[in-house]
Amino acid sequence: MFRSIKTLRVLTSCLLLGASGLAYAAKPALTGIGRAATPAEIKAWDIDVRPDFVGLPAGSGSVAKGQDVWEAKCASCHGVFGESTEVFTPIVGGTTKKDIETGRVANLSRLDFPQRTTMMKVATVSTLWDYINRAMPWNNPKTLAVDEVYSVVAYILNLAEVVPENFVLSDKNIAEVQKRMPNRNGMTTNHGLWDLKGQPDVKNTLCMSNCPVDLKIASSLPASARDAHGNLMEQHRPIGPARAIDTSKPASGLAPNPGALAPAPSAVAVAPPTKGASGPSGPELSKKFNCTACHAPAAKMVGPSWTEIAKKYKGDAKAPAALALKVKNGGSGNWGAIPMPPHPSMKDNELSAVVQWVLEGAK
Amino acid sequence: MPTEVKKSGRLIKAPENFLAQDDVKRPELMRRKFLAASVSSAAASIAVVGIASGGRSAHAAPGAGDPNILNMPAHTTGLGMPVAANPYGLPSQYEKGLQRRESPGLTRVSAASVAFTPLQGTFGIITPSGLHFERHHQGWWDIDPSKHRLMVMGLVKTPRVYTMDDIMRLPSVSRIHFIECGANTAMEWGNVAVPTVQYSHGMVSCSEFTGVPLSVLLEDCGIDMKKAKFVLAEGADGSSMTRTIGLDRALDDVLVAYGMNGEMLRPENGYPLRLVVPGVQGVSWVKWLRRIEVGDQKWATKDEAIHYIDLMPDGLHRQYTGMQEAKSVITTPSGGQTLLDKGFYNISGLAWSGRGRVKRVDVSVDGGRNWRTARLETPILTKAFTRFNIDWVWNGAPAILQSRVQDETGYVQPKINQLREIRGTRSIYHQNAIQSWKVAETGEVSNVQVY
Repeated sequence: MFRSIKTLRVLTSCLLLGASGLAYAAKPALTGIGRAATPAEIKAWDIDVRPDFVGLPAGSGSVAKGQDVWEAKCASCHGVFGESTEVFTPIVGGTTKKDIETGRVANLSRLDFPQRTTMMKVATVSTLWDYINRAMPWNNPKTLAVDEVYSVVAYILNLAEVVPENFVLSDKNIAEVQKRMPNRNGMTTNHGLWDLKGQPDVKNTLCMSNCPVDLKIASSLPASARDAHGNLMEQHRPIGPARAIDTSKPASGLAPNPGALAPAPSAVAVAPPTKGASGPSGPELSKKFNCTACHAPAAKMVGPSWTEIAKKYKGDAKAPAALALKVKNGGSGNWGAIPMPPHPSMKDNELSAVVQWVLEGAK
Repeated sequence: MPTEVKKSGRLIKAPENFLAQDDVKRPELMRRKFLAASVSSAAASIAVVGIASGGRSAHAAPGAGDPNILNMPAHTTGLGMPVAANPYGLPSQYEKGLQRRESPGLTRVSAASVAFTPLQGTFGIITPSGLHFERHHQGWWDIDPSKHRLMVMGLVKTPRVYTMDDIMRLPSVSRIHFIECGANTAMEWGNVAVPTVQYSHGMVSCSEFTGVPLSVLLEDCGIDMKKAKFVLAEGADGSSMTRTIGLDRALDDVLVAYGMNGEMLRPENGYPLRLVVPGVQGVSWVKWLRRIEVGDQKWATKDEAIHYIDLMPDGLHRQYTGMQEAKSVITTPSGGQTLLDKGFYNISGLAWSGRGRVKRVDVSVDGGRNWRTARLETPILTKAFTRFNIDWVWNGAPAILQSRVQDETGYVQPKINQLREIRGTRSIYHQNAIQSWKVAETGEVSNVQVY
């Protein structure tokens, strides 16, 4: 079967030109464009690992070693036991020994089960290996050695009780581990959402008049969520057929709603103010570098709060330089078991600006 | 337009002979009085309602006329700004409300988050590049294009490396396509969760993309047509996002694109190179594209084995669900707005389908009991936004506005209860139900679900 007319055409032209072998499509005359990739280049980039383990490099890692790597490099976001730190969804939990037997995670059928962890969903152990290898740790991806990746995968599998505590995962036994994945039979491709010509599963009709409807409002936005997305009036155009609602004020059917009145723009066309010469501010930097994933203004999360840090180092003249270094290279867990991850991509002026901002109370 | 007076400066008959200055400043209050008063009340005087011009200009004597006409403003009597004052042009200062925005609480970390397109404010079918929705898995980068490379390898005769120079030397095509995140409208599977169309539908945009058909590069490398069944696309960012794409699509309309709306891609959208996979969810449009591998099996990557899988009521996950089925939404009027007053409105919205062209859009103002067919504005392109419009005179009574698209395959956009009957409420992805906007007697428009 030819996959498209285009392919058919290409193959036909192969035949007509007498090209050697049917297997390769004809090469257009793109002379001087591109070049052959070298073996070293392919090796550097060809990192994908498939469910049949094609692409998996040889190596091994123990659960015990995995725990060390995990606590040093993963726990700050995922929690010591993979339960997450509110930053990311949990990796482990919700699977049972029975699931390992059946290959179907029973909790996925329960409407009342509160979460869907990675181990509940993932059917293929290759996915864990591939993704950890290519994208973890989150702020320093592709820095784990092959054996570290094996060990971290082993640690996760042990937390989910797929492998025992003394297990050493390797390219030799990973196919056996696949047979114990709790949700290995939990995927289906029996649907119409892959192929261009796939058949839809949900049907509606083009009823035009007196159609059956239940005009009861089934769901509406709770009053408490009225301003959850900020003041909507500031998120719309001040002209046009409708005004946005001023959600900074309570909804009321009786009181006049001056929110419908657009802010009075100046009648004079003025040049926009030029930006100051100063660099990005503390809040901008903390957002840019995702500091808020682990730090909050006043409450302790994974890391200490801005307030705690400012208090601890108050009056310490050496603190700005020392903390900048710690942010860049990572800390050793002065505030608890979980170390601060390194931030090698931060520039010196960004480091000093964000540290200064924190020490001044993060205002 | 000599006779058609703009809304912002239009003349409205006063409901009473006398209007307090406060009332003149408050069109909303005035409109309420208008609704309350008998339509037949003597409307002897003319009130000027300066909305966009704000309260100050309304101080002119109501009977004299619009001060925006009677008093020459500075921009009519003075010297304006020079050319190139903004070497790269910017929107008017009055448009600053229309920005990409995050939904508070949706994600914890902004580098793995989404910023929604303000669909309530865009016109036609092209999304301005600066308002194109953003979704990153591990942050975005502004990559030096002279150092960017694309490698095509796997089941090919000769694995090859292309620079941006190489790719931009090739014959290019430009095509208008929508791109929609598979999780667009995900927050509304169970119940209403967000106030405006920006947050309910803003993970979709439509742009003109310029680039090279992927088939050209695959053929240049000598793809092994006997063995090849799929390609893997991989990004150059930290996440090295990977997605499997069927070979039929890869050889059909998939582009390796560098241009967007007449300029290079914006960094947030994959500068200098991204994949364009028309009709398929945005996650497959791999940004900062560095590698295409030709293979004979699907890869089950993280974003097709842990995320972007659709949980069904029986506990099975549907895997490899890329298709964005037909969907439409009314953008004006829409949630979070208040209608100015009774009378004429142009209901306007967007429709699109991952399976081809939009064939027809019907609009209901009574919650789906009765429907009228809307006008489709040209161009009507395959796997692209189509703008629809329909006239509506609001009589001040409560209304529920809906739109329903049918695409060229005959598929009709479902109601939310029809979708839930098959897929339950926990699917997260591919929520393409008919959207309902309730218009209250006060003119306030809100997000609701009706069956």
